[in-house]
Amino acid sequence: MSLINIDNVTKLYQTGEISVTALKELTVNIEQSSFVSFIGPSGSGKSTLLNLIGSLDKPTYGKVIINNVDIATLDRTQSAAFRGSNIGFVFQNFNMIPVLTVYENVEYPLLMLKHIVVNERHERIFALLDKVGMLDQKDKYPNQISGGQKQRAAVARALVTNPKIVLADEPTANLDHKTAYKVISIMHEMQKEFGTTFIFSTHDTKIVDEAEIIYTLEDGAIINSEVKTKN
Amino acid sequence: MKNLIKIAIRNLFRYKRRTILTSTLIAFGVILVIVFGGLAISFKSQMIGIITNTSIGDLQIHKKGYVESIDNLPLNINLTTEELTSIEKKLKQMPEIAAYSPRIKFGAMISNYAQTSNIRLSAVYPEMESKTVPDLVKRIKGEVSDPTHFLKPGEIIVPENLMKGLSLNVGDEVVIVATNQDGSVNGLTLRIAAMMENVLGPSGKDGYIHIDDAAELLRMEKPAVVEIAVHLKSFEQLNKVYSQFRKDFSPASLFEVHTWEQLSPFASVARIVDILIIVVKFILISIVLVSILNIMTMSVYERIGEIGTLAAIGTPPGRILSLFIIEGFSMGLLSTIAGIILSLSALLLMNMIEIDFTFGQMDLTLNPGIPISEIILTTIIVMIISILASFQPAYKASKMEPVDALAHN
Repeated sequence: MSLINIDNVTKLYQTGEISVTALKELTVNIEQSSFVSFIGPSGSGKSTLLNLIGSLDKPTYGKVIINNVDIATLDRTQSAAFRGSNIGFVFQNFNMIPVLTVYENVEYPLLMLKHIVVNERHERIFALLDKVGMLDQKDKYPNQISGGQKQRAAVARALVTNPKIVLADEPTANLDHKTAYKVISIMHEMQKEFGTTFIFSTHDTKIVDEAEIIYTLEDGAIINSEVKTKN
Repeated sequence: MKNLIKIAIRNLFRYKRRTILTSTLIAFGVILVIVFGGLAISFKSQMIGIITNTSIGDLQIHKKGYVESIDNLPLNINLTTEELTSIEKKLKQMPEIAAYSPRIKFGAMISNYAQTSNIRLSAVYPEMESKTVPDLVKRIKGEVSDPTHFLKPGEIIVPENLMKGLSLNVGDEVVIVATNQDGSVNGLTLRIAAMMENVLGPSGKDGYIHIDDAAELLRMEKPAVVEIAVHLKSFEQLNKVYSQFRKDFSPASLFEVHTWEQLSPFASVARIVDILIIVVKFILISIVLVSILNIMTMSVYERIGEIGTLAAIGTPPGRILSLFIIEGFSMGLLSTIAGIILSLSALLLMNMIEIDFTFGQMDLTLNPGIPISEIILTTIIVMIISILASFQPAYKASKMEPVDALAHN
């Protein structure tokens, strides 16, 4: 079985009396350690799909099975625990917790996993901050660092729990070309090193070029898939 | 938990101006409760002290039915010698009792040979009375060389207004005329030993004579005591001792016991003071409730995106709930600590500058102080209200769907 099994998923949003179909009978399977990109115009369903994979939302019809868990069967607390253990998030707006330092932001997801002892926690955080080049900024608050630095810290935060999947919704949208490239490179390195599955929704050609599998979405359905040969 | 507290405190200081304004408001409420409570409790305890230590005593024991007719000062509802002896025996056995004083109370006429007026007399044993109401001698204007013997047989202490009204002076002779319980009228000449200042103002007509003189005047073979005033070692034991007497004086008993509260009209004032303290506490509760509810609601609405992020990265709903409750609780706690420090400083300052006031004819100095139990109670009230006020916004935050909350970023 694949790491991610999306089976005939439909997602409807109800706005008053109007029903909007965000995803339409979508089926896709994603293997472990993939570098996948979903592309498509605004409203094509990319973010909805990522929300389902991230167990932030539930399908109206069909099944989303992540790491052998049907996310529709989880209650809110179980969903949170599932996300904490299995999924890392990298957001377009970085979404750092403003009252926590870079170090504390990276540490936060580990605190949700009660079994990680203090020493191991520190080791993991220091190693990741070092890898993303943010060790010297660890004591700064998010408002004291640049957008690129925030996103690098966000990548460290997404990876600190050793998740099987990292979901990145437009991760380079608010970054300049050079910084965006650097962030993508870091993610790629992490994928190779930890075997993490990276899934992006993006318009950014830099990410698209880096992706191994590219799915094109339109009106809630996959209209094209492209698998690149690994070099 | 440590991490939650850290985040909560930092979030509070994230919006410094708003936090300071709200904390100031809550601290003001705490100051209001503690300072007002300190002043009111001080006033009340001083007044109770005056009333119990100068006239009534902490408790009084009478023959059943006496208090119902107390305005008539009935001499026929008295304690027999055997009854008095049995009560005295009991009083001596009780470790809580510091002193007691048997009294005969009656109405009489006082005459300076030219004018006559009416007077209410308490006939007492001076040694026992001065131990039972130790501040009585402070109300006596005149030379009292020995407070324990402020009155000798053949002497009378006359209230101030009668002294003035009858143009009397210390050392003058007056005639006291009274009717005894059999209806027989008798008179006795007494020398004015001193003047009695009345605690509740110039209208009082209470004088003191020696109990042996009263027995002679009222033609009693032995003093027929109508009242026993009781002074406790500790006023805090009042309810305990009262309950003990109530238990001993069953409905079938010949005796009845009353606390000062049941005998003095000031008890109503004391109750009003207590009600005012409760009202001020309700004001504090309102301030805390509205302030915390307002600030936490604003906080949740401003941080919807952040709540989404916390939920996305694995924070369970219960932890989000705790985060906001701790935030509201911390604000309440910090404000209360500030309020308590400022209140105690204000009370200290008031004690240093000494606030004088007059009650009746007595000049008093307030010594405002607040019992530690009141401070603890105020703190507990603020803490509970802080948690309750934070709960609704916190619950709302915890119930947010992560996907909807993230859309606010």
